[in-house]
Amino acid sequence: MTAATEALSTAQTQALIRRLTALADDEIILAHRGGEWTGHAPILEEDIALANIAQDELGHATLYLGLRTDLDGSDPDRLAFFRGADEYTNTRFVELPRGDWAFTMLRQFLYDTFEALWLEAATRSSYAPLAAVAAKAVREEKFHVQHTALWAERLALGTEESRRRTQTALNELWPHAAQLFQLVEGEAELVEAGLLPDLGAVHARWHDLVTRHLTGKCGLTLPQAGAESAPAPSTPSTSRPCWPRCSAWPANTRTRRSGRDGDG
Amino acid sequence: MEQGPEPSTINLQPSAVWKALAAVPDPEIPVVSITDMGMVRDVTVDGGGRVQVTFTPTFSGCPALHVIRESIEQAVRALGVQDVEVRSTLTPPWTTDWINEDARERLRQYGIAPPAPAGEEQLIQLDAEPTRCPRCSSLNVRMTASFGPTLCKRMYVCDSCKEPFEGFKSV
Repeated sequence: MTAATEALSTAQTQALIRRLTALADDEIILAHRGGEWTGHAPILEEDIALANIAQDELGHATLYLGLRTDLDGSDPDRLAFFRGADEYTNTRFVELPRGDWAFTMLRQFLYDTFEALWLEAATRSSYAPLAAVAAKAVREEKFHVQHTALWAERLALGTEESRRRTQTALNELWPHAAQLFQLVEGEAELVEAGLLPDLGAVHARWHDLVTRHLTGKCGLTLPQAGAESAPAPSTPSTSRPCWPRCSAWPANTRTRRSGRDGDG
Repeated sequence: MEQGPEPSTINLQPSAVWKALAAVPDPEIPVVSITDMGMVRDVTVDGGGRVQVTFTPTFSGCPALHVIRESIEQAVRALGVQDVEVRSTLTPPWTTDWINEDARERLRQYGIAPPAPAGEEQLIQLDAEPTRCPRCSSLNVRMTASFGPTLCKRMYVCDSCKEPFEGFKSV
C-alpha cells in the first residue's frame, strides 16, 4: 500500500481496478491480433512495425496491470495468461478478427488515437501513479498514431481496391469503436474526483481528430451510426451496469465470431 | 553469527558506483552506456555499504529491461558490494533529451542519427520530427520505416548520399 492507494475509498478502488483491467485487456487482445501478422505482413518493414506496436501495447498492459497490483496485489502475468475467455473485459472492437491489412491498420489507427488522447488526459489524473504511467506511455503512443495515420491515408488514396477495402473496414469498425468510450461501473465517480479522464471529453477530441483525418485527408465517408453517437459520460445512468463491458451491446455485436480470420 | 559488510565497501562512495555503471553498455546499442543514455537516475550508499540504484526504463515494452536490471546488479556486485537493490521509476518519464552530448556524437559515428530535441511541445502530432543523415548531415532524408529493429529506432534513406541509416526516435 502506498499513500496514493490508501487515499481511495473501497468503491473507488474497485472502479479503478475495473478501468485498469479494461484498458489492459484491450491492449493484450489488440497486441495478439497484431501479432497474428508476424511472418505474414505485406512487407518486411510492416511486419516489424506491427510487432513493435504490439510490443508497446503489451508494455502498456504491463504498466496498467502493475497499477492494479498496487491496489489488490494481483499478479499481472496470471491475469494476462490464466484467466478464462469470459473473464476478459476487452471491447469487441479489439477482438474482431484481424481481417485484411486495411482492417488491421484502420482499427489500429482508431485505437491508437483513442489511447493517445486518453493517456494525454490521464497525465493530469489526481491519482499520481496513473499520471506517471500515462506520461510514460503517451510518449510511445505518438509513434503508433503517426504510423497508422499514414497507412490510413496511403490505403484510402492508393488504388481503387485499397480504397474500397479501407472504406469497407471503416464501415465495419465505426459502430464498434464507440465501445472504447463506454464507462465501467463506478467510473463516473472517479471522473468527478479527478482520478480518471472524462471519456466524453476524450471522445469529443477523438471524434474531431479522426473525422478530420479520415474524411478530410483520406476522403473516406463516415458511416451514419455508431461512434457518432457517443454516450454522455459523467451521468450515472450511462455507466455500465454490469461486467464484462460487452454484455450491454446488441446481440449481433457481442457474439463471438468464429471461422477463418481475415482474408489478408 | 551476523557478517558485517566487506571491509572494502565500508567507504564506498556513490561516485565509484556511478563510474561502474558508466561501463554498463546499453544492450541494444553497445556504443553507449546506460549512464550516457540518462537511464540511471539515482545512486545511494548507506552506512552499511548497501547500494540502491534507481533507473528509468526507456520504452515500457523494451525487452532489454531485465538485461539492464541484471547488468546493473552485476556491475555493483563487482565492486564487492553484497547488498544491491535495483529500483525502477517512471517519474519523470525518460526522454531522449537526457542522452548526453558525447553519446550523441558516438551514436552518429556508429551510423545512428541522434534524436532531435523532444522538448515539451505537443506530444500528439501526426507528422514526424526532422532528422539529419548521420553520414553527410543532409536534411534531405526519407523515412522508409517508422519502426526499426528496436523499439527506439526508425529507418531512413538519405537522398543526398544515398545511404540507408537508422535514426533514434525523439521521445
